[in-house]
Amino acid sequence: MDVRLLDAEPTTAERAAVDAFLGPPLSTWVGADRADDGHAAHGGHSARAERHQLLPTLHALHERVGWISPGALNYIARRLTIPPADVYGVTTFYALFSLEPRAPRVLHVCNDAVCRCCAGSDSLVATLAEQIGPQGQEVGGVTWLESPCLGQCDRAPAALVVESGESPREVELASVTADGLLAVMDGQTPAPPPTAIPPQAGQPGLALLKRIGVADPESLDDYRAHGGYEALRRAFELGPDGVIEEMVESKLVGRGGAAFPTGRKWDAVARQPRRPHYMICNADESEPGTFKDRAIMEGDPFSLIESMTIAAYASGCERGYIYIRGEYPLAQRRLERAVEQARARGLLGDDILSRGVRFDIELRKGAGAYICGEETALFASVEGYRGEPRNKPPFPVDRGLFGKPTVVNNVETLVNVLPIVLKGGAAFARIGTERSTGPKLFCVCGAMQRPGTYEVPFGTTLRELLELAGGVAAGSKLRAVLLGGAAGSFITPDELELALTFEDARAAGTTLGSGVVLAVDERVDLPELLAAIAAFFRDESCGQCVPCRVGTVRQEEALARLRSGRTRGSVQDELALIAEIGEAMRDASICGLGQTASSAIESAMARLNVFNRGVSA
Amino acid sequence: MTELPMAPVKPPARLISVTIDGQQVEVPEGSTILDACNQLGIDTPTLCYGDTLAPANACRICVVELEGARTLIPACARKVEPDMVIHTDSERVRHSRKMVIEFLASSVDLSITPVAQDYLRRYDGRPERYGPPAPADPERDHKRTGHHEPPDGQTAATVHSPAKLDNDLYVRDYSKCILCYKCVDACGEQYQNTFAITVAGRGFDARISTEYANPLPESACVYCGNCIAVCPTGALMFRSEHDLRDAAAWDESRQTQTDTICPYCGVGCNLTLHVQDNQIVKVTSPDDHDITRGNLCIKGRFGFQHVNPQPRAPL
Ligand SMILES: Cc1cc2nc3c(=O)[nH]c(=O)nc-3n(C[C@H](O)[C@H](O)[C@H](O)COP(=O)(O)O)c2cc1C
Ligand code: SF4
Ligand code: SF4
Ligand code: SF4
Ligand code: FES
Ligand code: FES
Repeated sequence: MDVRLLDAEPTTAERAAVDAFLGPPLSTWVGADRADDGHAAHGGHSARAERHQLLPTLHALHERVGWISPGALNYIARRLTIPPADVYGVTTFYALFSLEPRAPRVLHVCNDAVCRCCAGSDSLVATLAEQIGPQGQEVGGVTWLESPCLGQCDRAPAALVVESGESPREVELASVTADGLLAVMDGQTPAPPPTAIPPQAGQPGLALLKRIGVADPESLDDYRAHGGYEALRRAFELGPDGVIEEMVESKLVGRGGAAFPTGRKWDAVARQPRRPHYMICNADESEPGTFKDRAIMEGDPFSLIESMTIAAYASGCERGYIYIRGEYPLAQRRLERAVEQARARGLLGDDILSRGVRFDIELRKGAGAYICGEETALFASVEGYRGEPRNKPPFPVDRGLFGKPTVVNNVETLVNVLPIVLKGGAAFARIGTERSTGPKLFCVCGAMQRPGTYEVPFGTTLRELLELAGGVAAGSKLRAVLLGGAAGSFITPDELELALTFEDARAAGTTLGSGVVLAVDERVDLPELLAAIAAFFRDESCGQCVPCRVGTVRQEEALARLRSGRTRGSVQDELALIAEIGEAMRDASICGLGQTASSAIESAMARLNVFNRGVSA
Repeated sequence: MTELPMAPVKPPARLISVTIDGQQVEVPEGSTILDACNQLGIDTPTLCYGDTLAPANACRICVVELEGARTLIPACARKVEPDMVIHTDSERVRHSRKMVIEFLASSVDLSITPVAQDYLRRYDGRPERYGPPAPADPERDHKRTGHHEPPDGQTAATVHSPAKLDNDLYVRDYSKCILCYKCVDACGEQYQNTFAITVAGRGFDARISTEYANPLPESACVYCGNCIAVCPTGALMFRSEHDLRDAAAWDESRQTQTDTICPYCGVGCNLTLHVQDNQIVKVTSPDDHDITRGNLCIKGRFGFQHVNPQPRAPL
C-alpha cells in the first residue's frame, strides 16, 4: 500500500511517546529517518498487520501529550502504515481522544442518568460553568468536560481526573461535591476514594462476590489462599470436552445482555477447524447504571484471569483479550498486575501449570465508546478500525476477531465458570430457576439506602432485592424502577413481586439487560431522566445506519418538545411519533444499540404515563 | 503462440429456493435477497447499495421481513438461505422504509436525488413533520465526539454545512450526503487504494472527511473521481456540473451521451461523454465495463478541457 503522508512532523515528545510503545522504527520507510517525498511504501502484509496496534498507540500518545496533533497522527500513520485519513477516522470515533490542543488536566464530570437525576450532577455542572467557564475551555492547565456514565452510579455523583504528561495519571472520584470539583479545577488532585466494596462483602453463601473485600485483590498468594486456581486444576482433570459438558449442563447463559447459552458458544468455537481461536472478555461496561463488572475486576481480578484460562482451554484459544472501558483506571491497574503475576507464576504463558497448555492475555483499553461493547464493534476496535458493528450472521463463533472463531463473554458470565467447574454443572443448575440458573449480580442504584452490587439467586423478587439494599432512601417514595439499564424498561411499584429471571422479565414485557435496578423516587424529574437516556443514545450511536443515527436525534427532539410543552400538534401526536420512531429503530437498526434505544422511553410513556400526567420540567 | 492455461471451470452454483411474497423462486447459492427480489421483478428501494461495490448495508431502506427473525433484515446484504420465507411489503417493512426515507429527507438535502421523491411518495413519507430544518452548521467538521448541545426540538437537526469548493475539478457538498459509505469504499480498498477520505466522528455528527478536514489539495486525493461516480445523491459533483447548476443552466434533457475509448493510455477504458450545448460537462464510465467497473483515472475523468471549444486568445 502506498501511503501518502501529511506534511507535518511530530514533536520530540510525540515521537518518543510513540516509539516508547512501538519500539524504535526499523527502517526509513516507517520513520527512522525522513523519507524524502513523503511516500512510504513499505513492508506489504507484515507492515499492514500492525494495524491492531493503532488504539493502544493512540492511548500512549494521548497520555503523554494530551491530544493528537497532525504531526503525531502523521507519525503514527507512518509507523503503522495506515493512511492518515484512516487514523483520523478512527481517532475521531472515540470521545476520550482530542484532535485539538487540550489542557493537560481534564476533569470529566458524569452528568448521565443516575448522577444527574438522582444525585444532582446538573447543579455541579452548572456551578463549574458559572465559576470556571464553559466546558472544554482551558483555565490554568485544566479543563472540564461533561461525561457519560462513569460506572460509579452506586457512589454518584462521579468524576474522573485525567492527567497527561511524563507521569500520566487517572484518578476516579466518587460522591463529589461542588467544592471538590472546584478544587480539582484549582490544580489539586484529591486522593481516590477507597475501592467500592459490595454491601454484602464477607457474608456467607456468596459465589461470585465471595472474595471481594476479603482477599487482597493485588496478591496472587491471597487469591490462592481463598480457593483460587482450584477450578483450573479441576478443569485440567476434566479435559476440554469435560469442561464444556459441565458448562452445558449448568445451563449458564450470558450476562452481557443477550442471554446466549455459554456452553454452546464454547462448544461451537471448540469444533471450528479454522485456527487460531480467540478468547475475549468483554469488560466494556458502559451502559448507564451498570457497575457490576467493575466490582469484580477491582475486587477479585484473578478470578477473571482464571475463568478466561478455563474458557480458553475448553474452546482451544491460545490468545485472549480483555477489552476494558477507558474510564476504569483502577480496574485496569488491578488486572494488569494480576496478569503479570499469573504470567510470572506460570499460570499464563506457554506451559500453564506444566500441562503444556498455552494461553496469554492482553489488556485492551477502550477510549470512550459505549458501542464498542457490542461484540462485532469490539472486534473492529481491537483490529484498529472504527468501532462499527456489522450484521450477523456470520456470528463470532464462526468469524470473530481477525475473522477467526472467537469466544466473547461478559465479565460476570466468566466468573460463573469457577463454581460450575468446581461443583459441577448439575449443582449450579439447581441454583435459581429451571430456565435461569445460578447467581446473578444486580447494580442497585438511585434512591436506595445502600446502593451497590448485589448477588442473589435468580428467582429472587424485585421487592426482596430492594429490601436487601435497605429499601428506598429515607423520606422518599418509590415511583418506578428502571430495570436493565438505559436499554431496559421501567416498571411500576405495583410490579415489585416480579421474580428476577429471564423468563419472568420477558413475560412482564421487560428485561434484566445488564442487571441495572435503578430506583426512581418521587423527587426524580422523570422527563429529565428520559432526556438523559435519549441524549446518551444520540451521543453513543456509531452513526452507521439511518434508523439509529437519525432516529436517536428525532427521538430526543420530540422529548424536548414534550418537556417544554411546545409540541408539534398535541401531546398525543408527539407520543405517537415517538412510538413510530421507536418501531423503526427496533426493526431496522443493525445492532442492539439502535434496537433498544427507545425501549426505556417507550416503557415510561406506556407504564408511567409520564407526559399525560402533565409533569414537565 | 503459447496457449494460455484455461481457467478451471466452476461447477454451477447450487440453487436455493426461497419464498418471497408468496412466490417461490430459485436463485444460485450466494445470491442476496435483493437478487432474488430482482429475479421476481419485485422493485426494492435501495440507497447505499451499488452494483459495483460490496454492500455497505448502512441506509436500511431495503429491509424486508424474514419469518422467524426478530428484526427486519437488509435485502442488499443478506444472502439467501434454503426455505427462507420473506415479505417485502408488510406493514412493518413499509413502516421502516417510510421512516428511513423521512429521516433522510428531514436531515439531508435530497433535492437532486431522483429516487428520494419516488420513495417518499411510495411510502407516504412526510419529512416536514419533524419541524423546519435547522440551518447549516459551519462547525460540523469539528464536533466533539460524544457530545452535543441539548436540542429544543423546534427545528429538525440537519447535516447541512457549507459546500466545499477547494479545487477546480469537483465539489463536495456534504449537506447532500446520506453517509452511504460508497465514496470511502471506492477511494479505499475496493477500488482506488488511495484512502484519501474516511468517515470521521460518530453518530449524527459522523461525516465524510479527509484527515483534520484538510482541503482536498492537501490530502492524498489523486482526483480519479471514482467517488463521484458512486455517489448517489450529488454530494460529490463535477465542478462543471456544479457551475452549470448554479447558473440554472444544467439541463439533462439537452444532454447526449457518447461512448468512446480514453485516448490517454493503452488500458482501453470506456468513457461516456456527457455533452450539453457542444461542451463536455462530465465523464463517466459504464458500471458494467469489465475493465473499469465505472472507475477511471484523473486523465480520463477530468482531462477533457482541451476538447471543449475555448474562447480564443487574440493572436
Ligand atoms: C450497544 C451494545 C453494548 C454492549 N455492551 C456490552 C458490554 O459492555 N459488556 C458485555 O459483556 N456485553 C455487551 N454487549 C453484549 C455483547 O454484544 C455480547 O453479546 C456479550 O459480550 C456476549 O457475552 P455473554 O454471552 O457472556 O453475555 C453489548 C451489546 C450492545 C448491542
Ligand atoms: S444501530 Fe446504531 S450503533 Fe448500531 S450499527 Fe446502527 S447506527 Fe451503529
Ligand atoms: S477523487 Fe479519487 S482519490 Fe480523490 S477522494 Fe475521490 S476516490 Fe479518492
Ligand atoms: S458523499 Fe456521496 S457517496 Fe459519499 S457517503 Fe455521502 S452520499 Fe455516499
Ligand atoms: S456514574 Fe454517573 S450515571 Fe453512572
Ligand atoms: S440498500 Fe440495503 S442497506 Fe442500503
